[in-house]
Amino acid sequence: MDLSSINPILLLASLMVAATPILLAAIGELVAERAGVLNLGVEGMMITGAVVGFIVAVNTGSPWLGFAGAAVGGAALSLVFGVLTQYLLSNQVATGLALTLFGLGLSALLGQGYIGVKAPSFPDLDVPLLSDIPVIGPIVFRHDPMVYLGLFIVLGVWLFLNRSRAGLILRAVGENHDAAHALGYSVRRTRMLAIAFGGACAGLGGAYLSLVRVPQWTEGMTAGAGWIALAIVVFASWRPGRLVLGAYLFGGVTVLQLNLQAAGVAIPVEYLSMTPYLATIAVLVIMSAGRSPGSLGKIFHAAR
Amino acid sequence: MNRRTLLATSAAILAFGAPAMAQDDPTKVGFVYVGPVGDGGWTYEHDQARQAVEEEFGDAVETVYVESVPEGPDAERVMTEMALNGADLIFTTSFGYMDPTMNVAAKFPDVKFEHATGYKTAENVSAYNARFYEGRAVQGHIAGHLTESNVIGYIGSFPIPEVVQGINAAYLHAKEVNPDVEFKIVWAYTWFDPAQEAEAANVLIEQGADVILQHTDSTAPQAAAEAAGNVYTFGQASDMAEYAPMPRVSSIIDNWAPYYIERVGAVMDGTWETSNVWHGIDEGMVGIGEITEAVPAEVKASAEDLRDRIADGSYHPFTGPINRQDGSEWLADGETADDETLLGMNFYVEGIEGDIPE
Repeated sequence: MDLSSINPILLLASLMVAATPILLAAIGELVAERAGVLNLGVEGMMITGAVVGFIVAVNTGSPWLGFAGAAVGGAALSLVFGVLTQYLLSNQVATGLALTLFGLGLSALLGQGYIGVKAPSFPDLDVPLLSDIPVIGPIVFRHDPMVYLGLFIVLGVWLFLNRSRAGLILRAVGENHDAAHALGYSVRRTRMLAIAFGGACAGLGGAYLSLVRVPQWTEGMTAGAGWIALAIVVFASWRPGRLVLGAYLFGGVTVLQLNLQAAGVAIPVEYLSMTPYLATIAVLVIMSAGRSPGSLGKIFHAAR
Repeated sequence: MNRRTLLATSAAILAFGAPAMAQDDPTKVGFVYVGPVGDGGWTYEHDQARQAVEEEFGDAVETVYVESVPEGPDAERVMTEMALNGADLIFTTSFGYMDPTMNVAAKFPDVKFEHATGYKTAENVSAYNARFYEGRAVQGHIAGHLTESNVIGYIGSFPIPEVVQGINAAYLHAKEVNPDVEFKIVWAYTWFDPAQEAEAANVLIEQGADVILQHTDSTAPQAAAEAAGNVYTFGQASDMAEYAPMPRVSSIIDNWAPYYIERVGAVMDGTWETSNVWHGIDEGMVGIGEITEAVPAEVKASAEDLRDRIADGSYHPFTGPINRQDGSEWLADGETADDETLLGMNFYVEGIEGDIPE
């Protein structure tokens, strides 16, 4: 065992990178769930974003356009879910699961010509001056721009939900859609927008995997990240601030267990791997289930 | 009538009834894959072999495959469905399919099964495997020469004998040419998860490794090494030539096509019999990908010599004296390992640090 071979600065820096895809996907899902929509299709939207982003980036040579394409691709897929659940009133759980399966298949089909192709590189953003601060600099200020964009989106969502009128309406729709409807707010339109935002964020998270973290296209490459994002939303009890904590906890455990193994520490990795899930269950028990948005997962119809 | 007899009866109807109705039906061959066919590694090579079977026999054969099948009860469901749909021969291509294959085979005595990398056989179940450790010995030899930090990173998949053989073979041959070499081993607990594999490669590079060996199936570690710069890797299961000449300096290529063609042919002419084969470089099931110019010429020459000596049988990668990790003697001077010990290998050789997870 040689713990000195683990560099804590590099560990914390790679933690931020490992957490970014799930953070992006989770913040989108959080907005959808606060509007009362339970979309279990995060995995499918992520993988679709991953392949669309990759295709756009390879063909245009620009990772930025790739991310934009990924957001559009994820949002487009989520609107399929939106139309089915909001206008055709299908069951959200079943439709979400179907969306995941559909996304996995669609992405495999779209990506067939792109296996083994290399993505254009996406350089790290060395923040001038700040990146030279000892210790903090390498941990916080030497990442690619998407790491910061993810955190800005979280901040934006927090401001939107807690400090804006539109955010209040969105929360009202999520808490009690009948009351919001009676007040004259359009439940469907609010929810469609929230669903599209969720899809766009999931697409960005997927593209982060295919363009930055891996970076290449392989079928099924999200490998369950979408499900972790869903768990983090519950862990965060639907609050953006805690979401960051949750994403760093999940991301941190992944990186830490690999580091400990490479350093030769003999803790069974199974224990470390299950800690975030145990923490989620513990949080659920402590918080009690009453805190979830009141109309989460319920079907809304104006005539009922 | 319970479920088992129902299945057996339907299988019997399919096995005896169908041929009686149409004599020149194509032979139906099923393949169960653990990853997607586009993984660029393990499953990709199995699918190449499937396509070779189709090319060889044309209309006389019909192949079906199911990809990304989890190792567990789901595998049993997939195999049962293939058997019920009239498959004559089913290839199950991952270690974790062993018990599901045995269970399903017991229900369908007239369907032939071929299980890859396992050790159990039955009247209608054959096992086949490749001596990947022979290729690992060549990789270890090159890695020992190339490393400057003397730290070699190894991404393991699951702690099963096949992977442990590879680690031991690579270590012994790296140590032989570089006594200071050290192995850092990380278990990914997956055959295929690009993000996790990339992360594992990055962690090993951060901890000082400048050569990465992988026993997982995606090309993600290759990309991570390329991004890091001065790091060498080896292609796994497939050539991964798109990363040559750097970081990928050589590779182990699985070539299943000759075996698959032979076995499908045997089913067609009715000569199929259960067997348990373990082929290596000699029979061509294990191929060594081209060694690139990033490797010094004399190292390339000695690596190719090692490959040829393994192929013609004049050298066995596990030749004594070799001690176990705890210092006890495993092989005496000049003694070579027997297949039974190798197939159940659950210990590291002397010099490797750390424990094999239970």
